[in-house]
Amino acid sequence: MKVFVPRDSAACSVGADEVAERIAAIAPDVEVVRTGSRGMLWLEPLVEVDTPAGRVGYGPVLAEQVDGLVAAGLLDGGLDGGLDGGLDGGAHELSLGPVDELPWMRAQQRVTFARVGVVDPRSAADYEAHGGLAGLRRALAMAPEDVVAEVTASGLRGRGGAGFPTGIKWKTVLGAASELKFVCCNADEGDSGTFADRMLLEGDPFTLIEGMTITAHAVGATEGYVYVRSEYPDAVAALRAAIDAAYLRGWLGERVLGSDLRFDLHVRVGAGAYICGEETSMLESLEGKRGTVRPKPPIPALEGLFGKPTVVNNVLTLGSVPAILADGAQAFADLGVGRSRGTQVFQLGGNVARGGVVETAFGVTLGELVDTFGGGTSSGRPVRAVQVGGPLGAYLPVEKFDLPMDYEAFAASGAMVGHGGIVVFDDTVDMSKMARFAMEFCAEESCGRCTPCRVGAVRGVETIDRIRAGQDRKANLVLLGDLCDLMTDGSLCAMGGLTPMPVRSALKHFAEDFGADLNADLEGAT
Amino acid sequence: MQSGTTDVFAAARIDAIVAAHRGDRGALLPILHQLQAEFGFVDPSVEPRLADLLNLSVAEVHGVVTFYKDFRREPPGRVTVRICRAEACQAVGAERLLEHAEASLGTKAGATTEDGAVTLDEVFCLGNCALGPTVAVGERLHGRVSPARFDALLGDLR
Repeated sequence: MKVFVPRDSAACSVGADEVAERIAAIAPDVEVVRTGSRGMLWLEPLVEVDTPAGRVGYGPVLAEQVDGLVAAGLLDGGLDGGLDGGLDGGAHELSLGPVDELPWMRAQQRVTFARVGVVDPRSAADYEAHGGLAGLRRALAMAPEDVVAEVTASGLRGRGGAGFPTGIKWKTVLGAASELKFVCCNADEGDSGTFADRMLLEGDPFTLIEGMTITAHAVGATEGYVYVRSEYPDAVAALRAAIDAAYLRGWLGERVLGSDLRFDLHVRVGAGAYICGEETSMLESLEGKRGTVRPKPPIPALEGLFGKPTVVNNVLTLGSVPAILADGAQAFADLGVGRSRGTQVFQLGGNVARGGVVETAFGVTLGELVDTFGGGTSSGRPVRAVQVGGPLGAYLPVEKFDLPMDYEAFAASGAMVGHGGIVVFDDTVDMSKMARFAMEFCAEESCGRCTPCRVGAVRGVETIDRIRAGQDRKANLVLLGDLCDLMTDGSLCAMGGLTPMPVRSALKHFAEDFGADLNADLEGAT
Repeated sequence: MQSGTTDVFAAARIDAIVAAHRGDRGALLPILHQLQAEFGFVDPSVEPRLADLLNLSVAEVHGVVTFYKDFRREPPGRVTVRICRAEACQAVGAERLLEHAEASLGTKAGATTEDGAVTLDEVFCLGNCALGPTVAVGERLHGRVSPARFDALLGDLR
């Protein structure tokens, strides 16, 4: 008898550990497997019971409800409700039925997240039993340039936000002549509203290890680093445990899987600097320095970590690679729209009724994600605004809900898909306050290397304060517009360059929050 | 390290920590993390010793220690409480929770209560964006923290 309870830190933040402990205490014969989370975070703690009909779910379960559930037959599979139409006495109020059949799960196309919430993230055997290593085995039988071609053909673009074609980056590194090359994974997931990197690291870390090993073979690298933010201690622990297990099985180190590939993988922990999610700043930090941004060129693909050719990719980019190699580029490229191929792991957060992870092909609309999957707000009030793509992404009103999730469509609307995070706000939000916060955040987190970002953000806070106070509003709006232009055009990296995006979108779509007569004042100002 | 000048024991530990990372590339961050894990903070007095051992200038070490918010320059309270005030948590009342916490603890974010029990910090995102407002007590996450639940969590600590 197996019962599955997530160890994911979001699930644990609402009591999953206590639920697992209680089940183990009253049913010592039961094997409690701690998995990642399925991503239905509003149902956490979600307990799943192995039955002949598949895994049946109950949630959200509180620790104090465990005794009652067990007494009512939880462990006999007698509480399913959904399978036998309640023949055994009716559905329990927490019974969800077979988890794979839930509409939220059925409507998704899980590729990168296929194993998250299903497998035991600490078990290498479980990983292999669920299709793990198929991609690496195929890649090792291929020439490096063929692996690069396969990834290029898949249309995979960087999932960290910038959307740069992964195959092209890899080709540059492969073509660079150097004895020493690196693969670096950016797991500095600092954007509010994004948590998919964390969930993959906690729920299926072997997928990242496999993806990085395939990358190493493809570009000729021998050493890899995963830079994980310090705010994610559980992810760090899960990844370190998986790396140890991978070494023991010969999946890392000398002669990976008996091949000629040598690849060593290390975990490095950040130290509370948002800017280290910017790739060159992350490289500085990995070198043991202040995390300040490097001017480009040179690009990291040619002069990256310690000046050597370096692949820098996000967790979800590298985590998508095993599936692309296992199932072929075409299967991945068949999903999506336009130049946005494959799936994206969207994340619903903030004031949302059903928050969590939705992995689906690009092209799904913003409205489908927020309304159909998310179910509107958790407060029950109307949705007023959503911020897409993190603190540097645009605020959009419900009138934009028909926008397809597609890099180009969002860019054309003055917004960005970014890392796929969507934060929902209800009608109590003050958008002038959120615009101010965007500048405040930039001022707080700027690395200080370039003036438009370091000084511009501080001036931005002051200017928005004056606009909010109704002080010389028209002149200050012109000033804010100029400042946004300067930051966009003159900043060294996306931190200063994109901070104007939430500010401008808030002004454009929610002008009424900046003062009664703003529409008149705005003419020519932005 | 407590007294401001490195005593013999602390100096030996610093040397041992640096030695343990001798083979690592760019080892300063891992070393600082381990120092903070053992001593609770990174005393400014260790900077010259680290610089010496790592063949860096004191300015380089000082620059790194002060760049990263994680590294504390003085001892924290017995428990550190971090309240997320990034956008997703703001959407469900994080600002109100932070105000409540400051009033309830009688200290501002970034400071420690007078009895040395609790250090209150703000943080931008703990990766629990669907179950906010989120609070970390030590390294333990708590989701959907209302002001009342915050007081209950703190009640367990004091």
